[in-house]
Amino acid sequence: MSNKILILFAHPSQHRSEVNLPLARISESVEQVTLVDLYSEYPDYCIDIEREQQRLREHEIIVFMFPLYWYSTPAILKEWQDLVLEYGFAYGHAGTELQGKKLLCAITAGGTEDAYRASGYNHYSIRELLRPIEQTATLCGMTYLPPYALFGARTAVEDGKLEAHVEHWRRILECLRRDQVDLGLAARADKLNECLAEFVGSAS
Amino acid sequence: MTAYFIQAFIYLCAAVIAVPVARRLGLGSVLGYLIAGVVIGPVVGLVGEETRTLQHFAEFGVVMMLFLVGLELEPRMLWSMRNRLLGLGGLQVGLTTGAIMAAALLFGVDWRIALTIGMLLALSSTAIVLQTLNEKGLTKTEGGRGAFSVLLFQDIAVIPMLALIPLLELPELAQAASEMTSQVAESHGHLDLVSGLPNWMYAGVVLAAIASVVLGGYYLSRPLFRFVAQAGMREVFTAAALMLVIGIAALMGLVGLSPALGTFLAGVVLANSEFRHELETNIEPFKGLLLGLFFITVGAGIDFQVLAQDWQLVGAIVATVILVKALIVYLLARIFGIGSSDRWLITLGLAQAGEFGFVLLSFSLQNNVIPADIAQLLALVVAISMFLTPALFIFFDKVLVPRFENNEPRREQDVIDEKGRVLIAGIGRFGQIVNRLLVANGIETVVLDHDARQVDNLRQLEIKSYFGDATRADLLETAGIEDADLFVIAIDDRERAVELTALIGHRYPQLSVLARAFDQIHYYQLKQAGAEFIIKETYLAALDLGCEALTRLGFHPFRAEQLKRTFIATEDETVESMYQSWISSTDSGMSPGYRELFMQQEAEIRSAMQGDRSDRHTASERGWNPPPKGYAEDIADTGADTGADEN
Repeated sequence: MSNKILILFAHPSQHRSEVNLPLARISESVEQVTLVDLYSEYPDYCIDIEREQQRLREHEIIVFMFPLYWYSTPAILKEWQDLVLEYGFAYGHAGTELQGKKLLCAITAGGTEDAYRASGYNHYSIRELLRPIEQTATLCGMTYLPPYALFGARTAVEDGKLEAHVEHWRRILECLRRDQVDLGLAARADKLNECLAEFVGSAS
Repeated sequence: MTAYFIQAFIYLCAAVIAVPVARRLGLGSVLGYLIAGVVIGPVVGLVGEETRTLQHFAEFGVVMMLFLVGLELEPRMLWSMRNRLLGLGGLQVGLTTGAIMAAALLFGVDWRIALTIGMLLALSSTAIVLQTLNEKGLTKTEGGRGAFSVLLFQDIAVIPMLALIPLLELPELAQAASEMTSQVAESHGHLDLVSGLPNWMYAGVVLAAIASVVLGGYYLSRPLFRFVAQAGMREVFTAAALMLVIGIAALMGLVGLSPALGTFLAGVVLANSEFRHELETNIEPFKGLLLGLFFITVGAGIDFQVLAQDWQLVGAIVATVILVKALIVYLLARIFGIGSSDRWLITLGLAQAGEFGFVLLSFSLQNNVIPADIAQLLALVVAISMFLTPALFIFFDKVLVPRFENNEPRREQDVIDEKGRVLIAGIGRFGQIVNRLLVANGIETVVLDHDARQVDNLRQLEIKSYFGDATRADLLETAGIEDADLFVIAIDDRERAVELTALIGHRYPQLSVLARAFDQIHYYQLKQAGAEFIIKETYLAALDLGCEALTRLGFHPFRAEQLKRTFIATEDETVESMYQSWISSTDSGMSPGYRELFMQQEAEIRSAMQGDRSDRHTASERGWNPPPKGYAEDIADTGADTGADEN
């Protein structure tokens, strides 16, 4: 069995992107991945609800790919949620279109990993901070996977972390596509990064 | 008279046949003309001695060419490439001249002749190399840019060389020549203003002439061209352009300077003028024909007996010249950090002698600097090295490039490519705004307008614009339409905008046309002509005003904005069917179908705006509708808590 993957890519200043753009590029090289650059398709925020809902229907795995802005998504991805996840489509009595699909965030954060814990200056872990998205997925009947995150993203290139991060992402996508992932482990993890080896398991 | 016609016909006929064939074989037009000359001259013997006289006349093509070279030299561009230009170009010309001169001296040639030979063989063929690089799409590579700066320096270096050569006159040759021509000169009376003047006055006259070219070019040419342009007669403008070039050439001749120098200077002065493209367009065909004629006469003048007798000597000289030139360029490219395959490209590309070699050769012959037998030999050397250039490029393509591709890991593609070039036709109230946005973002634009006053006003605001009728295909070519990525049409003549769109679609199908429409019908016409993006000039502004009106009438600003967007979306949906209906109605000459469709569109917009209040998804509110009242209990039944709190 194989899955089609929809990546909703939201980066408002791509000419300065050092991590997200390479991630988006590598994603396009994976089979059965549809990459939607939201800021490119809707530069005026006029999201075509009908088209976006149709895209959701056609894919089994939904990815939000974005740099973290104030512990949340960039505005257009919030706009997308507000508009596309309609009552009667995504939730509510007749809203069953998303049931059984998987939702995953691929994010970059400026702060270091130490900051995203109870003792750090951000006080909460990344999974805790993204609870609104997790709960959205739950309400829509989707399986939520922990985020795949890169911390200290502003200096990732200089620190030589980019290449491995991109390559791991490619492998995650491959495994998701082939449905070779261990969901039990993923359900408990704070980040996909920490259970990567088990998660992608036997796959290449 | 008939004899002249027959001669002209032979020359034209040879060019018409040989040049296209040569281009198809990848040899380039210069070689095509040379071959044509060889065929009608030494091979078939259709033309003979008169080629000499014709050549003097055809040399005026060189004068025009230097005028055009000058026109292309924008000071800003020169400044930005100063390092490569002076370093790479200067050293190439200097070192090659020196090396070849030294070699000639070794063979016991007089130093003046040796220096002349060095100079004329140091030059490469701008025409062949640039054209080949263009055809192969290599102009933007490191090697292509390097080659361009060397060639540009060589083109400029021709000017001082032309000035220097008369000073190298050989006394014995001069004497012989003056004896030969003395009778002729007496009967003619040489046209010269300065022959009787003392030195200080001569210097003064020369300086005055140069100053008058520079100042006249700067201050007088614009009012003159504007005056001519306002008459709106194309051929008068051509006459004015020719008048300028010939006038300057005459003035320079009168004070004993090189006409090429004068027109080159005038070209540089006019490089920033708004009439630059129009001038180029008008001079270009004359230059092309005369230069072609010049090369034909060179070909016709080649003496194959020399080749037959001294083929070993000729072959040895050609091989030495190519080796020496290649070696020097290779070393310089290394020093200037031009890498691997690019280094070989520039090395092999610049290894030949060039068309300016012929120019200098005939000029040196006239000035009694080079004896006729050496000139014959050199003409052969230059021609053969040019003939070998395509072979060198093939060697580069087939042998060197594959080797480098195997050795080097493919470099990752550069993300930021060169920014595009945009041609904007019409720089009135609409085109101006488009241009400002693009220029403010560092995009190179070329702006054309047929109103000389408008162009003038804009130039005062430091907006780079050129005078010219954008619907003329030849002007578009000189404005660089071949390299353009986009074409913006904002001219205020409805019909011509449509014609221009069709013309571009026809000639340059790869080029995207973005057009401004005056109204709905114009929109359809442009769409039919092939424009990729069309906008009605009043549409968005009117909608903004309508939106403001709604707000002032009490609509919430965000709601008014949504209504506006719904209006746009609805109209976008119907545009295709409206267009189809317009096409069929123009075909039949009737328009009821179109009117009906328009009424229908109005109705659709109205219903999209107001919608049925009981309908959950009115188009204008789609996505911002709250869930129905009481939905929370419904969700709670399923055991989940509600996150949707939009009420």
